[in-house]
Amino acid sequence: MHDHIILRVITKLLMPFIFLFALYVQFHGDYGPGGGFQAGVIFATGLILYALIFGLRSAKKVTPPRVLRVQLALGVLLYAGVGVVGIMSGAEYLNYDVLAEDAHSGQHLGILLVELGVGLTVSAAMTLIFFLFAGQEQ
Amino acid sequence: MISAQLPILQVLLPLLAAPLCAILRGRALPHALSVGTVLLSLLVTVGLLIRVESTGTISYAIGGWPPPIGIEYRVDQLSVIVLLIIQGVAAAVLVGGGASIVREIEATRAPLFYALFLLNLTGLTGMVLTGDLFNLFVFLEISSLSTYVLVALGTDRRALLAAYQYLVIGTVGATFYVIGVGLLYMMTGTLNMADLADRVAGVEESTTIRTAFAFMIIGIGVKLGMMPVHFWLPNAYARAPSVVSAFLAATSTKVAVYIMLRVVFEIFGVPMFLATHLSEIIIGLGILAMVVASVTAIFQDDVKRLLAYSSLAQIGYILFAFGLATEPGVTASVLHLFNHGLMKGALFLALAAVALRAGRTRRTDLDGLGQAMPLTMLGFTLAGLSLIGVPGTVGFISKWYLLEAAFDRDGFIIAAIILGSSLLAILYVWPLVERAYFRKRDPALPPVEEAPLPMLIGIWLLVGANLLFGVWPDLATGLAERSALLLLGGAR
Repeated sequence: MHDHIILRVITKLLMPFIFLFALYVQFHGDYGPGGGFQAGVIFATGLILYALIFGLRSAKKVTPPRVLRVQLALGVLLYAGVGVVGIMSGAEYLNYDVLAEDAHSGQHLGILLVELGVGLTVSAAMTLIFFLFAGQEQ
Repeated sequence: MISAQLPILQVLLPLLAAPLCAILRGRALPHALSVGTVLLSLLVTVGLLIRVESTGTISYAIGGWPPPIGIEYRVDQLSVIVLLIIQGVAAAVLVGGGASIVREIEATRAPLFYALFLLNLTGLTGMVLTGDLFNLFVFLEISSLSTYVLVALGTDRRALLAAYQYLVIGTVGATFYVIGVGLLYMMTGTLNMADLADRVAGVEESTTIRTAFAFMIIGIGVKLGMMPVHFWLPNAYARAPSVVSAFLAATSTKVAVYIMLRVVFEIFGVPMFLATHLSEIIIGLGILAMVVASVTAIFQDDVKRLLAYSSLAQIGYILFAFGLATEPGVTASVLHLFNHGLMKGALFLALAAVALRAGRTRRTDLDGLGQAMPLTMLGFTLAGLSLIGVPGTVGFISKWYLLEAAFDRDGFIIAAIILGSSLLAILYVWPLVERAYFRKRDPALPPVEEAPLPMLIGIWLLVGANLLFGVWPDLATGLAERSALLLLGGAR
């Protein structure tokens, strides 16, 4: 892909916006349409686009599969961990009311953290799946 | 405080340990973490057992949202008896299976193997605990997806094919189930089981409800290995890694039976079960499985496959008793579900030891193992006797209750078939015992030694449970009887 200068330049231009949009969908998910899953997928498309244009090897340098695997697990742990905080505070599992001073901001914080966990896991999973399929020929 | 959180801890422990295992490297750490988790989970189950026995049904509202709006976890006698078998077998299999996992799973995959095993445990546990039909579907998917991968990890290349076959048919089963749930939701607007039970009563006569019923029964039937849709089961059990076979054979179909019991008796109710003639169909399929699968088992060369067919036959007993829809019938069904888990767990784990030491599990590989691996083969023999139904083992208690259930409905012919099928069990179990004790191992083959100590502990924990609950059946029979009362009482 070294001679496709237009593709390379456009990709470089697009990528920050893709990531930014992913973060918007992630953190605006509690007010508008969106949430962790969609954000994770959008974030992963940025990485996949990078891998398509600049090659699998450089993409793996940016996000090593080992790191992705840890991210994958951390997302789940974050989600489950938010639930555990509920238990520790004497309420039910995944009860967000007790996360902050009042129930309203507790619910807000809870859903934000949980969706962040989803986003982390989904983006890592999507990228890993792409790496696995793309790497089969090597 | 901790006792109020027991229902969620039961699911949470393996769920949290699974991603941790996936991060860890090497074999020792994930193994230690998994063993610790399953032992702790078993303790939680015992805690739940004590609480249910003293205070009755426990309800736990996830996220603090009261049912039927939020997801409810509901623990009663039926959940507890199924949990006991899942957690007990998981603990025995992981404590005992270390050496077998080292032999059959590559080092780089070991952490992921443990993560999958724990996820599978999470799924099975969640299905038993939840009181919400859709949440149940989510856990069903967790356990199914992890099962497909676990089966594919088998050493034999054909494991991939078996996993793929199971993937296709299993997905059809899960889809049928969720279609049924969708139809139910359309008619009632709720997913909570207890709430559904009330609301279905008003719209029972509609075609939609009947269709939902049919979809759900067939979907669950696939998962539990009901006779005409069972063909994934022997391949999956025979090709999966030995430890996985032991765990799956003892638990996964049992959980499917549990769902069937809940859906049929709690949600739809006995009158509908009888009116749709499903009762007769299931009794018929059960009897078919008892006979056909037992006969097929006799002619198998691979012992793992033989035991898989025997599992199908045993599911036949469970289904037949379930189909009667009477109190002794459901009691026998629940009891055999528990007892069969103990038998098959012990048999498959002993077979994992054979695979570890002798390399393979064909009939001829058992030759002379009675001398070479005396403790393993003694355990195998005792569990085999339990499968046949010899007094002093859990198999006998099961057969007793099954016959009682048959006589209760004046089913003398059925009783005769049950006895006949037990004779068939002798025909497939006894030749194996004979080979182990009365034949010499081929001198050309490398000599074998006794299984490692942890494995013997695992095997003998399960064999010991077979004998303990055979001599002192009160705990299991008590739980089964009260489960039947709960299930049928709720329908009336």
